[in-house]
Amino acid sequence: MKTESILEKILAAGHLAVTSECGPPRGALPDKVREKAEMLRGSVDGINVTDNQTAMVRMSSLAACIIIRQMGLNPILQMVSRDRNRLAMQSDIIGAYSFGIDTMLCLSGDHPRFGDHPMAANVHDIDSVQMLDMVRTMRDEGKFQGGDKLDGPPKMFIGAAANPFADPFELRVARLAKKVNAGVDFIQTQCIYNLDKFELWMQGVRDRGLDEKVAIMAGITPMKSVGMARYMKNKVPGMDVPDELIKRMAGVPKEKQAEEGIKICVESIQRLKEVKGVRGFHIMAIEWEQKVPEIMERAGLLPRPQV
Amino acid sequence: MDKFEPVIVAFCCHYCAYTAADMAGTQRVQYPPSVKVIRVPCAGKVDAIHIMKALEKGADGVMVGGCLEGDCHFREGNTRAAKRVDYVRKLLDDIGFEGERVEMFTASAGMGERFGQIATEFTEKILLLGPNPVKTATSEAAQRAAS
Amino acid sequence: MITAERKPMEELIAYLRPFRRILLLGCNECVTVCAAGGRKEVGLLSSALQMRFAKEGKPIEIEEITLERQCDPEYVEELVSRIDQADAVMSMACGCGIQEVARRFQDKPVFPAVNTTFMGASERQGVWAERCQGCGNCVLGVTAGVCPIARCSKQLLNGPCGGSTKGKCEVDPDIDCAWQLIWDRLKALGMTEQYEENIPAKDWRTGRGGGPRKIVREDLA
Repeated sequence: MKTESILEKILAAGHLAVTSECGPPRGALPDKVREKAEMLRGSVDGINVTDNQTAMVRMSSLAACIIIRQMGLNPILQMVSRDRNRLAMQSDIIGAYSFGIDTMLCLSGDHPRFGDHPMAANVHDIDSVQMLDMVRTMRDEGKFQGGDKLDGPPKMFIGAAANPFADPFELRVARLAKKVNAGVDFIQTQCIYNLDKFELWMQGVRDRGLDEKVAIMAGITPMKSVGMARYMKNKVPGMDVPDELIKRMAGVPKEKQAEEGIKICVESIQRLKEVKGVRGFHIMAIEWEQKVPEIMERAGLLPRPQV
Repeated sequence: MDKFEPVIVAFCCHYCAYTAADMAGTQRVQYPPSVKVIRVPCAGKVDAIHIMKALEKGADGVMVGGCLEGDCHFREGNTRAAKRVDYVRKLLDDIGFEGERVEMFTASAGMGERFGQIATEFTEKILLLGPNPVKTATSEAAQRAAS
Repeated sequence: MITAERKPMEELIAYLRPFRRILLLGCNECVTVCAAGGRKEVGLLSSALQMRFAKEGKPIEIEEITLERQCDPEYVEELVSRIDQADAVMSMACGCGIQEVARRFQDKPVFPAVNTTFMGASERQGVWAERCQGCGNCVLGVTAGVCPIARCSKQLLNGPCGGSTKGKCEVDPDIDCAWQLIWDRLKALGMTEQYEENIPAKDWRTGRGGGPRKIVREDLA
């Protein structure tokens, strides 16, 4: 065991792990964090807290993680390379661990052009792969990225994202290999709608033995409506939504679409449980956190194992 | 107040527009004497600076004439000329002059009538726009100095 | 070359309004190539300014001089005989040239006529694109000749990110995904195994991060 992280323990025990997500508010509104996190209590093993998602300013991931930790839950710190240089990153990582936050995700981040401060400097002092290496060095060697000794090393269980649906597809397994070389412990994928393509990617992952080196958690986002399905298909880069899915959602009257979306979500989970190398699920129910317990129940993933 | 007699410079390409102007003359097609034709080998020879200098020195309007689309004797001269005319129109707008004082036209060598028509229409437009603001300002300054 | 674009006319007119005699300087190198500040552009700008100020009833005198370069003091020195005939200088050179002129003529206001943009190359006639950000430690040897610092919107050294779509950047469909370009070149060169060698975190001291830079050649200085 590298850390005290509950997520690591659950994965090590051979269970399917489950994480979900919490987007912090766009203001100093700590109760909003508490409300969302409370909805997930008992349904998941860890709660990701996004970092200025879509390049819009929100309460910092670190602050929201602290609030969630103080509720006795398990937050997962997300950190993007877009907003901080390596000093600020290491500083926040040490700070996070000092509050008992022991699991984090290293990401590049959406470009500022998409957000509310397109005029801001786009930092990227280091990229997500270099960040993984940095955190691993801090944890395993007790050293800062610059080489100095670090007292009280943060024992972080380190995660990253993977997108089997972005172009070019032929590179997507190699990119995972890069992250594995850099020290990643677990992966959460982009939300999966094209299960065939995902299984093709997983085949590539298994062929290289990467499934033995990193725990892959399949990303899932339930559709609320056919409008949402179309939006994700057409407007979100790196997303693959098959036409059959749109047709299926459209074929159902408006008031039944949310239920259909949950059904599709649960069916996907059931199918993905059978894919070798899938070690868990990351449920991103954006602004729909209250549905997570139901999805978990129907997918047969409750109660969560105690380790 | 003197009657406004516009001065319009028309850069016309040898192969088409100039020949059309010539044809207008031969066919006795009437067009205003304000249009002064300057022959160039190709409309693409006309650069932005030529148009600007004409206006700077007091021309009230400038036309650039080339071959019909697809028929340029030098392949793309008329296309390049059209883009430069657009560039100058925008520059004129940016300095508070009317971009409409500059226009591109196309004709084929035999289109004497069309040349006459274009020249007449453009002169009318310039009459409406009034004299080149440079000329007006210069003469106003001179009047102030004299009084 | 260094690329630049002429500033909006209103800004230039505002700079020059207090003055009567202007020295308008062009440069025969980079800004000529990108059609922003060479001899031709000087002529055009001069014409436009004179027309505008004439219209305002306050004619302006403009002397047009295009130097070979403005970033070498020897060429700037050529202006010594003309500088006293001007109340102000406007330069169409890149920021390097403008500053050299300002440094040499401490008592003359010097104004930029262009916005200097990037170091780039011609993609085709009339189109220039960013290629280099002067990071000071060139990685082109390990990225198959395509620079991820200048051409990846997130300057990732281990890209692509998850937003790469059909060879284009998620930020703008006109921008090629630099990592797609790198990957395509690695394939063409038969060097795909290089892709998985992680490039370590960059030392930005060789770039702007270490402060304004200087090169001193001991054998020449």
